[in-house]
Amino acid sequence: MSDIAIFFLHGLAYAGLLFLVSSGLTLVFGMMSVLNFAHASFYMLGAYFAYWLLQITGNFWLALLISPLMLLVIGALVERFLLRKVHVLGHVHELLLTFGLAYIIDEAVKLIWGTNPHAIIISGFLAHTVNIMGVTYPVYRLFVFGVSMALGLFMWLILFKTRIGIIVRAAVEDSPMVGSLGINVPLVFMGVFSVGAALSGLAGVTAGPLLSVDPGMAGAILVDAFVVIVVGGMGSLGGAVLASFIIGELQSFGVLLFPDFSLALIYMLMAVVLVIRPEGLFGEKQ
Amino acid sequence: MILEIKDLHTYYGASHILQSVDLVLDQGELVCLLGRNGVGKSTTLKSIIGLVPPRKGSVLFNGIQLAGLDPYRIARLGVGFVPEERRIFKGLTVLENLQIGIKKAHSQTDREPWNAETIFEMFTKLGERSLQKGGHLSGGEQQMLTVARTLMGNPELILVDEPTEGLAPLVADSVLKMLGTISDSGVTILMVEQNYKAALKLARGFYIMSKGQMVFHGTGEELVAAEKIRQKYLEV
Repeated sequence: MSDIAIFFLHGLAYAGLLFLVSSGLTLVFGMMSVLNFAHASFYMLGAYFAYWLLQITGNFWLALLISPLMLLVIGALVERFLLRKVHVLGHVHELLLTFGLAYIIDEAVKLIWGTNPHAIIISGFLAHTVNIMGVTYPVYRLFVFGVSMALGLFMWLILFKTRIGIIVRAAVEDSPMVGSLGINVPLVFMGVFSVGAALSGLAGVTAGPLLSVDPGMAGAILVDAFVVIVVGGMGSLGGAVLASFIIGELQSFGVLLFPDFSLALIYMLMAVVLVIRPEGLFGEKQ
Repeated sequence: MILEIKDLHTYYGASHILQSVDLVLDQGELVCLLGRNGVGKSTTLKSIIGLVPPRKGSVLFNGIQLAGLDPYRIARLGVGFVPEERRIFKGLTVLENLQIGIKKAHSQTDREPWNAETIFEMFTKLGERSLQKGGHLSGGEQQMLTVARTLMGNPELILVDEPTEGLAPLVADSVLKMLGTISDSGVTILMVEQNYKAALKLARGFYIMSKGQMVFHGTGEELVAAEKIRQKYLEV
């Protein structure tokens, strides 16, 4: 019984990370029809920036705040000076650009920080354990889930209760139409792209103490995040929430129940969803 | 003169769609653009709003050059666009669809500005369904919503592309009647329409297009009298 509780909580923590990474990815795809291959590299950069900031300041909370802000700036620059320039050439060029960018970031990380894994050590109450549902559980994993829940709620409020949110949701459906109603769509693109990068960076920081900070961490989460947005429906935020939860738990219980082919489980899920509902759980039929 | 188009050329890739289009609209007019499928009527509207930027020529709106501007800038100058196929935002509520259309008030007119309340007074059906998703509306209601959404930006000029397409005759009539009411309030309207007979009751000026050029410009009486032109360019 306590095993199940522990694996369920593990699954929740990973689901939280997946949601932070995939929410930006799915919104950017919905609006710009660009699958951003560099998105997971932003996540990795977030973790490395946190590692670096922690070395300088020794304060995890500061790293948690500043690293996503650095990604916010990087995201804005990438959109403004790279992606927007190739936009007129079509989606294939945009895709290739993000692909190349992912390689550049991955190699830059190796050049600067080496190929060895680094650890982000947390201290204070985050490093403690608590008793929950009869099991002893690390506070930090609950913290990861709490951060993603809080951000998910915040994003929901922005998207469904503000004018900016209305504009973003409309642009996901039909961005040229939004533009011809007098809204500066390129600016909205830049905003969503950079906020997406910042969220991904935040996921990277929070993942740091949980997993190890190494050059392979981008590739590891990229595939899972793609599966999340395909299963949830490309462009659907609600779909990203549900699919993150399903895939987080599937990963976690897969390791417990079918350790030999736990990695194959999420691909099997994706295959089943694509056969039954090709547009994803919450996706729009084309 | 609110709109003056001169020698406008627009391409889709290599195909030369608009081949020197000229068009003039006076303040407060309702003008109808006629012609067979594929002669460039929609492209003319899309060239004005900037969705398909013209390659050559001039589009003057209140003396301001629109050619080369982004659609959002053109819209902010006071041009509204009601597209073909009723591109409402299906996942957004009726009210949210309207809120997208809000622009900073255009101060050059004395008209009472449109807002959600005045819209719901005029379009009572939309008011009743303000919290429903746009995708759940009927075709006629969706058409009303695209027009209302544009009105929320208080435009001086509205470009309307085939507003009655695919609607039942009675619904089509009410859509045209509504456009007449909007025109009476002082808004200039340029409308693309297949059915010139329906438009005769409504529009003052008519243009006919063929192969990317204007081949006729005149009043309703002149259009009725020009039987040869109608046979050649409109009737099947």
